Amino acid sequence: MSSAVVVRGLEKRYGDVHAVRGIDFEVARGEVFGFLGPNGAGKSTTIKILCTLAQPTAGTAMVAGHDVVRERDAVRANIGLVFQETTLDDYLTAYQNLRFHGELYGVDSAILPARIEQVMRMVGLWDRRDGIVSTFSGGMKRRLEIARGLVHAPSVLFLDEPTIGLDPQTRSTIWGYIRELKQEHDITIFLTTHYMDEAENCDRIAIMDSGKLVALDEPSKLKAMVGKDRIQIRTADDEAAIVALRETLQIDAKILDGAVTFGVPAGEDFLPRLFAELPVPIRSASVARPTLDDVFLAFTGTTIRDAEATAAEKAAPFARGRL
Amino acid sequence: MSAAAVSRQASRHVTNRGLTSSLRTIKVVWHRELLRFVKDRPRLIAGVVQPVLYLFVMGTGISAMVPTTHGVPFRTFLFPGVMSMTVLFTCFFSAGSIVWDRELGFMREMMVAPVRRSAILVGKCLGGMTAGTVQGLAMVVIGWIGGVTITPRLVGTLLLELPLISFSLTAFGVAIATRMKSIQAFMAVMQVVLFPMFFASGALYPLQGLPSWLEALTRFDPLTYAVAPLRHAVLDAAGQGALAPKVTWGSFVVPVWLDLAIVAASAVLALALALPKFERSDV
Repeated sequence: MSSAVVVRGLEKRYGDVHAVRGIDFEVARGEVFGFLGPNGAGKSTTIKILCTLAQPTAGTAMVAGHDVVRERDAVRANIGLVFQETTLDDYLTAYQNLRFHGELYGVDSAILPARIEQVMRMVGLWDRRDGIVSTFSGGMKRRLEIARGLVHAPSVLFLDEPTIGLDPQTRSTIWGYIRELKQEHDITIFLTTHYMDEAENCDRIAIMDSGKLVALDEPSKLKAMVGKDRIQIRTADDEAAIVALRETLQIDAKILDGAVTFGVPAGEDFLPRLFAELPVPIRSASVARPTLDDVFLAFTGTTIRDAEATAAEKAAPFARGRL
Repeated sequence: MSAAAVSRQASRHVTNRGLTSSLRTIKVVWHRELLRFVKDRPRLIAGVVQPVLYLFVMGTGISAMVPTTHGVPFRTFLFPGVMSMTVLFTCFFSAGSIVWDRELGFMREMMVAPVRRSAILVGKCLGGMTAGTVQGLAMVVIGWIGGVTITPRLVGTLLLELPLISFSLTAFGVAIATRMKSIQAFMAVMQVVLFPMFFASGALYPLQGLPSWLEALTRFDPLTYAVAPLRHAVLDAAGQGALAPKVTWGSFVVPVWLDLAIVAASAVLALALALPKFERSDV
């Protein structure tokens, strides 16, 4: 078994909606693989198929060496799942939750207590093992869920937005566990996120948009591919500035996050020229090295935040006014 | 053992759909139901207060009008009825945990495990069976305090009848719970199903001498066949077994064993209704 995940020509339709439009990729054993994309890009559907929770319309997927359709139980036994929403039993203790999981997955009862202690120590919850889960904070619950996902020693761990809704400190703690897992255990980690700064921690990233994979590589290579620095300026008249940029400097700019945004090679050297030649007064300017945000922008034509806003608008047109 | 060895051992779990795996699943799910039952203080308290209220307050009040029913003191007559009522409520509440689990997300944890879903469902029913039986036995203590004759033979009979009745009632609740999307909907349907079932079961009044429409209704109520054996056992212990009212179909007197067979058949039917729905449900 060389690859932890092998996906070939995967498609999923829900009625008229073509959620996944034929994707191919492989995840190597021991890799931390990040799945990026706005809501509605097909990310969740793909993960659901890989976790045997949905059936593909076409194509195949192998996880941990087993086919997700024909060998559903073998796949389930070899993967750990941490969902976005909590799936703990609030009324039981942390320890009872993990014991339930271990017993349900048929972990040898001679080894189970040692295993539970091991994973609980890893996430720093061993001292709280007899605490009722309902008394735990959001971050503690997430840590407990990660520990639970590891009890049966899966070969692939799926983390769906593992740090969403958590404070920055807890987020970095969770990333600490992910790195520790990668170093000390023989495990592949497949995660989704839309925090671009976190995606940098992945060995490789796949960007999904409208049901297709638009990019897949190491974060540094993806950024090198984009190549340009990103300049954002705030001006007295953004529309006029965009027209002027196109006509005088032959640069395509658009408004993103409320500022006129465009990419140029060597941004700092370009600024003096910009100030000299742009007829519209500039109030402020910023130059940034390419980030994954720019990668995302380059491949999908939008920032992930704008993409999500659009998706949200489509989903709930009446919610706009309240925002 | 080293950390790596523990991890290696933990990954060697049994994964098959065989009987051992299913029995293990049933045990694990059942065990969790028990943990939840024992921890649920308000429910345990309600389980004692409610029957006390019915038996002593309502029972005493009505005895003032109706001193005897079928030749036995009304409170003794009412006792098995209240017992079946508390068992019914306990079992339906246990069944409701399916809806709770789904709403709180825990159902997902069970549904994605490499186990048979039917085993999960059976584990749930066994949990309700245990809770219902414990509730029924708590009633024995309450009845004993209230002066109902309790004999070892009665306790023995109840230990056989209560698990069967509780399992069946839980399965009945589960058949409804698997069709409910929200706990509010389940509660609403409970009100619509539970009270008619209770009122039409003969738990509160004898089954003879009723208007024909009500008589017909009682004969279709599965709870009727759960109340009759309990009442027979209780009156038998009081030395008045011969006075125990039996269910009749026209001139046919339904024997206790047939009552229990009907209860068992309802359980099978309820599970048959619940299973396909549960197997297909999304996570």
